[in-house]
Amino acid sequence: MPLLEVENLSVQLQTQRGPADAVRALSFSLERGQTLGLIGESGCGKSITALALMGLLPEGAVLSGSIRFDGQELVGMMDGALQQLRGNRIGMIFQEPMTALNPLHTIAHQVAEPLRLHRGLGRQAALQQAIALLERVGIADAARRAHAYPHQFSGGQRQRITIAMALACAPDLLIADEPTTALDVTVQAQILELISELVQERGMALLLISHDLGVIAQNVARMLVMYGGMVVESGATQRVFAHMAHPYTRGLFGARPRLGALRGERLTTIRGSVPELVDLPAGCPFFERCPLAIADCAVTRPAASELGPSHQASCLRLEAAAATAPNAGAPV
Amino acid sequence: MNKPVSMAARALQHRSFVIGAALTAALLLAAALSLVWTPWSPYEIDMAAKLQPPNAQHWLGTDPFGRDVSALLLVGARNSILVGVIAVGIGLSLGTGLGLLAAARRGWVEEVVMRLADFTFAFPAILSAIMLMAVFGAGIVNAIVAIGIFNIPTFARITRASANVVWSREFVLAARACGKGPWRITLEHVLPNIASVLIVQATVQFALAILAEAALSYLGLGTQPPQPSWGRMLAEAQTLLFQAPLLAVFPGVAIALAVLGLNLMGDGLRDLLDPRLARKR
Repeated sequence: MPLLEVENLSVQLQTQRGPADAVRALSFSLERGQTLGLIGESGCGKSITALALMGLLPEGAVLSGSIRFDGQELVGMMDGALQQLRGNRIGMIFQEPMTALNPLHTIAHQVAEPLRLHRGLGRQAALQQAIALLERVGIADAARRAHAYPHQFSGGQRQRITIAMALACAPDLLIADEPTTALDVTVQAQILELISELVQERGMALLLISHDLGVIAQNVARMLVMYGGMVVESGATQRVFAHMAHPYTRGLFGARPRLGALRGERLTTIRGSVPELVDLPAGCPFFERCPLAIADCAVTRPAASELGPSHQASCLRLEAAAATAPNAGAPV
Repeated sequence: MNKPVSMAARALQHRSFVIGAALTAALLLAAALSLVWTPWSPYEIDMAAKLQPPNAQHWLGTDPFGRDVSALLLVGARNSILVGVIAVGIGLSLGTGLGLLAAARRGWVEEVVMRLADFTFAFPAILSAIMLMAVFGAGIVNAIVAIGIFNIPTFARITRASANVVWSREFVLAARACGKGPWRITLEHVLPNIASVLIVQATVQFALAILAEAALSYLGLGTQPPQPSWGRMLAEAQTLLFQAPLLAVFPGVAIALAVLGLNLMGDGLRDLLDPRLARKR
């Protein structure tokens, strides 16, 4: 039985212009110890998926479909039962280390919180474990620094602290929502390496969410490409990188600036911008920006086609996409 | 690199706060002093010495019954503070509790609490207090209850607004992601982060409570004789305004200074406790 099985997950949010589907018919599964990446632009529904898994959606959100964690159905579960899972069996790391820590509590207090909550440890025992965790994530002089406050640490250190918090109760699943987006590039590499090490060491499943292809390439075995709340392409990372099938995936890869490019060469982009959730078309969400779109794309939602042993894409124009070169986004 | 400036140092540099704190301290000292010593007893009637101007024996003069004005002011301070502390205490505990409940529960609970607050605000406070006294009788206890009741919606509103801001911050989401329930989050995350707002509001409400007590006593509904009260001293001085004008001046100045001091201190605290202003120094 897979550790996490998501089937037909849909999330509807209340926006100022009415209800909007942030996630549509999302399905994937994750075994113990496996790594999965979720990549897409801002507004494609990646973070909402993570929040839906934790049951932390904003008020007024309507969740449908099924999320099975270790056999338990999470959709419709009471908040009290979900609280037992959060921080205990499922850990989450947030994007902004600056704001994910309470400025009024010491870091020892915050790292020890899940331990006191879920393991019932007393203050001293929890403190000892918290210090051990802080040492493991690379906070120097942890025993002394544990009693400092978040504002006394740098961004990279704060993210390490939130990682320690997420791992305190040895969860089975770690969800990392853009853990390095807010950090400097050099620190990014250190944090990703730390996460990789910990995932391997503890045999955790990892759901890594990012908008950065480089981050996805190096850290996850399988990936999902999301656009407009739907998965447009999925498969083993190596395969997807080698055989990009969906026009959106090709556009994403094509839009990366290349180191060897000639001076004055224009960057290729995907024309247009991500539409608001309420404005997504009935058919393929990428319809308005796709260079290969035909009339049918606007009305028919493409089903997933198998392109190989572990590679799927949802597009009506896969053959046409395969015929074009990877840098085939229309230059602006 | 500059050393971080301590809160105490910043407090001493803030003019409003220093003046306000000094006046408030004077008020509290006067009340404390009255417990152990007054120049004369405020209850002793001495018709031979009535309506004296300030002189060597009676530093601020005497009232129509020969009672020493300075003694009356000192003991009156005690009553004003008593009313302020208890009435604000009622508002702070019940109002804050309701506000925190509304922010944690949202939904219909929040609606009900806010509409009750709106409903209470719709009535002019002093008139409603008078009405309550007419039903339940005059006296310091009823005055405290009446003023306390009108403090509740003020604190409920301000607590709910501040708490909602804290609930939407990411460290609360992170705490929920660790499995914390709403009550623990309210006590451990929300309340400490809104404490400074509540402190400032409490200071302001204290000043208003003193004014309200003075108003009710002036109308004869608050502190009853023979307990001294600044408001009642004003009422008694009214008829004698041309014979002994200082009888109105002294309690009036006392009320004004107490309210001014508390307001200045509240403004100062607001500046000192605001983290954004703190970083500028």
